[in-house]
Amino acid sequence: MSISFTLNGTPVSVDVDPEMPLLWVVRETQGLTGTKFGCGIAACGACTMHVDGQATRTCVLPVDAIEGADVRTIEDIGPETPSAVQAAWLSHQVPQCGYCQSGMIMAVEALLDEIPDPSDADIDAAITNICRCGTYDRIRAAVHTAARLRREA
Amino acid sequence: MSDTPEPRSKVRTWTRRSFLATAGVVGGGLALGLTLSPNRLKMSDDSVATGDEILLNTWVKVTPDNRITVFFPHSEMGQGAGTGLAQMLAEEMEADWGAVSIEQAPATDAYINSDLGRGYILGQGANIPAFMYPMIDFAFLQIANGLVGQLTGGSTAIRLTGQHGMRRAGAAAREMLLQAAAAEWDVPVTSLAARDSVVTHAASGRTATFGALAARAATFSPNLKPALKDSAEYRIVGTSKPRLDLPEKVNGAAQFGIDVVVPGMVYAAVALAPVRDAQVASVEDAAALGRSGVRQVINLRDAVAVIADSYWTASRALEEVGIDWSGGQTDLSSAAIRAQHMSDLDTGDMEEMDQAGDVSAALASGTALNAEYEVPYLAHATMEPMNCTVSLRGDGADIWVGHQNQLHARNAIAETLRMTPEQVTMHPVYLGGGFGRRGDMDFVTLAARIAQAADAPVKMIWSRETDMANDTYRPAIISRMQGAVENGRITAFASRYIDARSGMPDSERPFAFQYEVPNRDVARVICPSPVPVGTWRAVDFTQMGFFHESFVDELAEAAGADPLRFRMDHATPRRRAVLERLRRESGWDRDLPPGQAIGVAMVDSFETIVAQAVHVTVSEDRAVKVNRVTSVVDCGRVINPSAAEAQVTGSVIFGLTSALYGEITLEGGGVQQQNFPEYDMLRLSNAPEQAVHFIASDHAPGGLGEPAVPPVTPALCNAIYRATGTRIRSLPVAKSGFWAA
Ligand code: FES
Ligand code: FES
Repeated sequence: MSISFTLNGTPVSVDVDPEMPLLWVVRETQGLTGTKFGCGIAACGACTMHVDGQATRTCVLPVDAIEGADVRTIEDIGPETPSAVQAAWLSHQVPQCGYCQSGMIMAVEALLDEIPDPSDADIDAAITNICRCGTYDRIRAAVHTAARLRREA
Repeated sequence: MSDTPEPRSKVRTWTRRSFLATAGVVGGGLALGLTLSPNRLKMSDDSVATGDEILLNTWVKVTPDNRITVFFPHSEMGQGAGTGLAQMLAEEMEADWGAVSIEQAPATDAYINSDLGRGYILGQGANIPAFMYPMIDFAFLQIANGLVGQLTGGSTAIRLTGQHGMRRAGAAAREMLLQAAAAEWDVPVTSLAARDSVVTHAASGRTATFGALAARAATFSPNLKPALKDSAEYRIVGTSKPRLDLPEKVNGAAQFGIDVVVPGMVYAAVALAPVRDAQVASVEDAAALGRSGVRQVINLRDAVAVIADSYWTASRALEEVGIDWSGGQTDLSSAAIRAQHMSDLDTGDMEEMDQAGDVSAALASGTALNAEYEVPYLAHATMEPMNCTVSLRGDGADIWVGHQNQLHARNAIAETLRMTPEQVTMHPVYLGGGFGRRGDMDFVTLAARIAQAADAPVKMIWSRETDMANDTYRPAIISRMQGAVENGRITAFASRYIDARSGMPDSERPFAFQYEVPNRDVARVICPSPVPVGTWRAVDFTQMGFFHESFVDELAEAAGADPLRFRMDHATPRRRAVLERLRRESGWDRDLPPGQAIGVAMVDSFETIVAQAVHVTVSEDRAVKVNRVTSVVDCGRVINPSAAEAQVTGSVIFGLTSALYGEITLEGGGVQQQNFPEYDMLRLSNAPEQAVHFIASDHAPGGLGEPAVPPVTPALCNAIYRATGTRIRSLPVAKSGFWAA
């Protein structure tokens, strides 16, 4: 069965098991490996993509549930010039191993789309991803910087 | 895109040929390698070069376009080692930092990291970082035959490779470039100066770039002992240069092991024994093989693998395989292991580790205390689950794996595949966390065995559940301590503890009490863990730090003393300075409202002293909120303050996570925790505010990947005690009815 959706602005059609989670469809059939696998049960956020603008954990999202949807991955952030979030991530030197950061950045991009100037409480509520390297303090600072950069842009 | 800048950090495929091609003059430039076999040994310090050893392991390349590439022999797992090492080299070379890039060195014997072994054997104060313990052949005499190195412990890179290799490589390259300019212009070397990758002759105003001089520089011999800069002149070391690997870690481009794509590749999902050491009795695979995309079901006796055209398909099919397991240690449980530890402490063979004075007399004369402390098994839970990709070809194998010890992994795979090490090519990738777990061989040899049974290149990925239930854990152990205080002084310290054999060498002395006490009696019972254990970020210092630093607080209370000043009264001057700074920075002497308190602890490990103050609020219903953690660190010279701070703040989260949540338990021979809800992690919402202060120091750099982990747990528990009066002697804090808010 063929399932169609838009991936980073390009229409794609995949012929896979409809139950296959979007994460694996994107990583393995579309060759975009920036989005990561961390837990497979929606507990860590490493697999976060935007589905119709919503930050979504895609390791448990069957691909047939997103027929016709607009899917955006880390590869579409920037990519020519860093987004405000990416620029803030670099100026605060956020990543350590970097493995969780695609998911973090996608979650933060969606947060700022919804709440342009989030409070610490907004950040706590929205960004529940795990970073095993413990980069949380820099993430918080970088989210505030990114919000400012977006306003100034 | 032609105007896209080249990434300044690379992990890329090396073949034997490309490696050899870099040795010498390349493309009209200078390639300076410091790893030379002894008969061609040019660069090693003769005080450490003996016999057949291969010493330094640093390469630098200068190309005619005036770009400098630094090759570093460590894996990048988040610590930013490549950038720090390049800073050390560029500083001595007088390079233009903006034109420096880094590349991970190939895994070949020429990069053997044997400085590490040397420091250990000679006891030169170069303590060996924890991650490498299991990687050393402890038959020391064999080290000369080739300590199989290229290993990455968070604490080795700067201390050893950087301090011994990178600085000297940079200085030697600078001297060669100056010699080239002197010859070119027929002026004395002493009339020349190098700065920002340009050599200048002040008298004539002539200048030349390093790139322009590189080919000629390559005709000079590297100086054995180049002059190193005075640290007062440093311009690059000690500054927070942005990490060169980060641009590709914010756009999804960084390639981790799990991201590797090999043409024709298939995927493997694996089931490992649910009971330790159980074997496969039978496999019912018809249903799995019927699933579209499934190619093979492989019975490996100790594991079953499903091969499919997608990982998800393989893992779904694996659930449909009926596996009968038989045998194994079905009676293994956390309770049984604990009971064994207790009886060993009662009646086992004691081995004396540290003894001085007369403990019995001191106990009899002072105020004596007894306490029993214990800690559970802990998982590493790296964010990237274990994975390894193996491609077999007629004459060898290609391996892609995020590993902390590439050469050792290569050899383990070669042995599994019955090949020579030279037939196995390792391809560096980024590591999605290591923490000691990625120094083990179990997952790489398993991947090799699966590849042998498959008919295509295979990427094996462990599910989070497989990863968590098949870790090499931080051991659960127990310590019984006794102490005495008299007139405000600790007069005795004694402990009896279980050594579960994590692999840490005794020379690190994690068991040693870190305060001045005249009467000591520390002994262990060796009780190897029946569950695989390994190095877990800071290793045995994590358990001993909790035991000793909690007990010191108990002793301080018995002495009626302030816990921080009590520590200072018993500390060496360097440690005392760290504690005094912590007192000032943490607001230690402030009055706090009820329910709030600050706890303190200090642990000196891997040549770095870390003291931490943890400020908590504990509610009526025992919810613990960690408000703020202040760390004061004396790690000697700081190479990159921003990267150093990140290691400390990350370690604090790592340690707090274990104290608040961490526990792996066994029942019926299997691990009970499967995934993150049962083995939970701190998140943004409950991560504390942090402050990190470094003591300005000219000491040689200490380790930094691990030393900030051990003190945070006892500091937390000491804070909880001061807030509530409940002393936590068993972790995690949930055992005492507390929970993380
Ligand atoms: S991999 Fe999807 S939330 Fe963890
Ligand atoms: S940076 Fe390593 S898990 Fe977040």
